[in-house]
Amino acid sequence: MDLTYTDDQKAFRDEVRSFLAEKLPKRLSDKVAGGKRLTKEDYEEWHAILNEKGWLGVTWPKEHGGTGWDAVERHIFEEETTRAAAPRIVPFGLNMLGPVLMKFGSKEQQAHYLPRILNGDDWWCQGYSEPGAGSDLASVKTTAVREGDHYIVNGQKTWTTLGQYANMIFCLVRTSKDGKPQEGISFLLIDMDTPGVTVRPIVLIDGEAEVNEVWFEDVKVPAENLVGEENKGWTYAKYLLTHERTNIAGVGFATSALSNLKRIAGLEQSGGKPLIENPFFAAKMAQVEIDLMAMATTNLRTIAAAAAGNAPGAESSMLKIKGTVIRQEINALTRQAVGPYAMPFVSEALDEGANVSPVGPDYALPATQSYFNNRKLSIYGGSNEVQRQIISKAILEL
Amino acid sequence: MNFDLTEERQMLQDGLRRYLRENVTPEALNAATDSQTGHSEAVWEGLTEMGVIGALFSEDDGGFGGAGFDLSVVFEEMGRAGVFEPLLETGVLAGGLIAALGSDAQKEMIEEIIAGKVLSFAHGEPRARYDLNHVETKAEQTAEGWTLSGTKTVVGHAAIADAFVVSARTAGDAADEDGISLFLVPADAEGLSIRDYPMNGGGRAGEVTLDGVTVPADALIGEAGKAFPEIEKAAARATAAISAEALGLMETIRELTVGYLQQRKQFGKPIGKFQALQHRMADVLIEIEQARSAVINLAGHLDSPRAERERHVSATKNLIGRAGRLVAEESIQMHGGIGMTQEYALGHLAKRLTMVDHRFGDTDFHLERFIRLSAA
Ligand SMILES: Cc1cc2nc3c(=O)[nH]c(=O)nc-3n(C[C@H](O)[C@H](O)[C@H](O)COP(=O)(O)OP(=O)(O)OC[C@H]3O[C@@H](n4cnc5c(N)ncnc54)[C@H](O)[C@@H]3O)c2cc1C
Repeated sequence: MDLTYTDDQKAFRDEVRSFLAEKLPKRLSDKVAGGKRLTKEDYEEWHAILNEKGWLGVTWPKEHGGTGWDAVERHIFEEETTRAAAPRIVPFGLNMLGPVLMKFGSKEQQAHYLPRILNGDDWWCQGYSEPGAGSDLASVKTTAVREGDHYIVNGQKTWTTLGQYANMIFCLVRTSKDGKPQEGISFLLIDMDTPGVTVRPIVLIDGEAEVNEVWFEDVKVPAENLVGEENKGWTYAKYLLTHERTNIAGVGFATSALSNLKRIAGLEQSGGKPLIENPFFAAKMAQVEIDLMAMATTNLRTIAAAAAGNAPGAESSMLKIKGTVIRQEINALTRQAVGPYAMPFVSEALDEGANVSPVGPDYALPATQSYFNNRKLSIYGGSNEVQRQIISKAILEL
Repeated sequence: MNFDLTEERQMLQDGLRRYLRENVTPEALNAATDSQTGHSEAVWEGLTEMGVIGALFSEDDGGFGGAGFDLSVVFEEMGRAGVFEPLLETGVLAGGLIAALGSDAQKEMIEEIIAGKVLSFAHGEPRARYDLNHVETKAEQTAEGWTLSGTKTVVGHAAIADAFVVSARTAGDAADEDGISLFLVPADAEGLSIRDYPMNGGGRAGEVTLDGVTVPADALIGEAGKAFPEIEKAAARATAAISAEALGLMETIRELTVGYLQQRKQFGKPIGKFQALQHRMADVLIEIEQARSAVINLAGHLDSPRAERERHVSATKNLIGRAGRLVAEESIQMHGGIGMTQEYALGHLAKRLTMVDHRFGDTDFHLERFIRLSAA
């Protein structure tokens, strides 16, 4: 047992730190730290900075222009970038589609799409879920019918995160009704500018429209946009999901959320004393910090195993459950910490440079917003209930 | 023991429930949320026509109720419908304080309140958090009357109030119970300004700034410096009211969620057939029944001696906070993605329920207070 990082890993951490100190625009880190709304341009700006350094394809091998980092290096990078309040790397092209194309895509698809992901030509979104297919993803109904050198796509996707920014969507579509539901699914790449594609925003309970509905009405998609083989999409989809669940523990996010909570609890006064000294509140904060400390090590244990070549299986389900519960508890405590100022909802104040001042302290509005927004953590990417099913089946064999 | 409502209250409940069911749709609530006034004029008119505000006042004050169970019946229905009308501000807080302490001349306003005039209680302050005794706003006696200066925060429905009951310090330090006075201040008084904004969970509130606001001597409500006991009592009644409102919210959320569990199919069957969800929904139900009992406990002790009353205030508010969080979070989770949307009715109800914990003291505040009051 050795809980310390190697000298190489420490040197790597220093390198990441000085890169961030030099290259991360303060304008962006201020926005992230202040809980402000990020625009498409903000994400693109940060992606371009990382790409220039060769650090955008964090999970990619070197041959495709990635970093070739192992799991520990990726973890160090995650930790440092969240600590520095960098915008997150939007995962759809980089962490989801990229790995699928590398493993199952044609040479042409790889040569065309992978560089475009890195240099920001394409913004991808994920078209898996449908109104009737959530946890039961294999029941997707959107159809793709082959007609000559095209597929004709009809159906509806939903919950498409940041689909309003995207020009490309990767979809699970039904190409056959024979056999088990998993067997007739294909993995298709669709240009969202094609006639027949409609995007409608969905406003969530935090007042933001980060997700969308996407409709396909007789959309003509070139057959070469099929990834791998027809009716084998389920295999690729599952492969993608294991990648979707990388960094699922969100230790970096939880750590910075916790320090934000402590800062707020130090500023808020309760009964004439800082809230951080209130025994009831302090106990809950300590409890979640203790959980997070163990969680960080559980995460590292999985990462070490992955770095040693053991693909994480159902362990990622444990990380997802525990990680999301911890983050949600920190969010709940932060909302609680701001007291009555949790109630005002002046959403314009989330825009950079808005000439609307917040009501009460500037940390109050983002506190309530993150609390409501992060209810999603235990729902998406496979709900926590579904993760428990996976654990009980795969590990406990129940 | 008899936990049945009296015939009058049963009629009030039935009438209110029917009226709200017929007149309040999710679309109407969204429209009220987005409106400039932050409430629905039509519903407010409907409620005043039914005489609902009168149920919050005793017969002596011109109403026909005023007891704890009258409050709980009315507010449970408000919660059930998810409405956000200025009932609490006008009927329980500002109106309640005028009824408790006002002169005969001031009490004449209660008739107008019952008829729909909106008042609000400007009490909370930036550094007070949930401490009712923390008042920094100052009132100084002058030849003509009083001059008020200070800032009041998150004052419910401030922008549509015709007048405010304002708490201000006429003696003592920021956290003293002694030395707090109440004043009746018209909304258009010179030096009074309002920053109006929307609230999470619906409705609007405002930051009310008093910059040397001058009011005549007869604007003082009750005796100078002696208002705290009645403020605490009004807060107890308001806590009973919003606890009942929270209960109503929980009831509607439960109905929606059970309905969804029966109807939503995944893996070829209703998700309500999964034991993982059945057990959790059963826990939600148990906590809602606990919440109902807690509301009854408080409503039944509002007129008890202070020590007993306040112990129930803190017990009830703590339990409501815990149950409310469980019900809101579990219902969203069990709905999946749809539970996260603004458009679907659950979102508004769950948010409103969550916000109850930020009014009149949260779970921790009341846990600590309960322990203190129990030791005394
Ligand atoms: C903010 C947000 C962003 C999202 N982004 C995307 C995206 O970009 N692309 C995309 O394709 N999808 C996205 N999703 C969709 C997400 O993956 C689904 O919401 C999720 O899979 C759950 O499906 P559902 O919402 O249909 O809920 P349902 O599957 O209907 O589940 C409802 C409830 O039943 C429970 N349940 C279901 N099955 C079982 C079972 N067998 N045992 C026990 N309990 C069960 C669930 O856990 C949940 O509590 C997003 C969702 C959200 C909320």
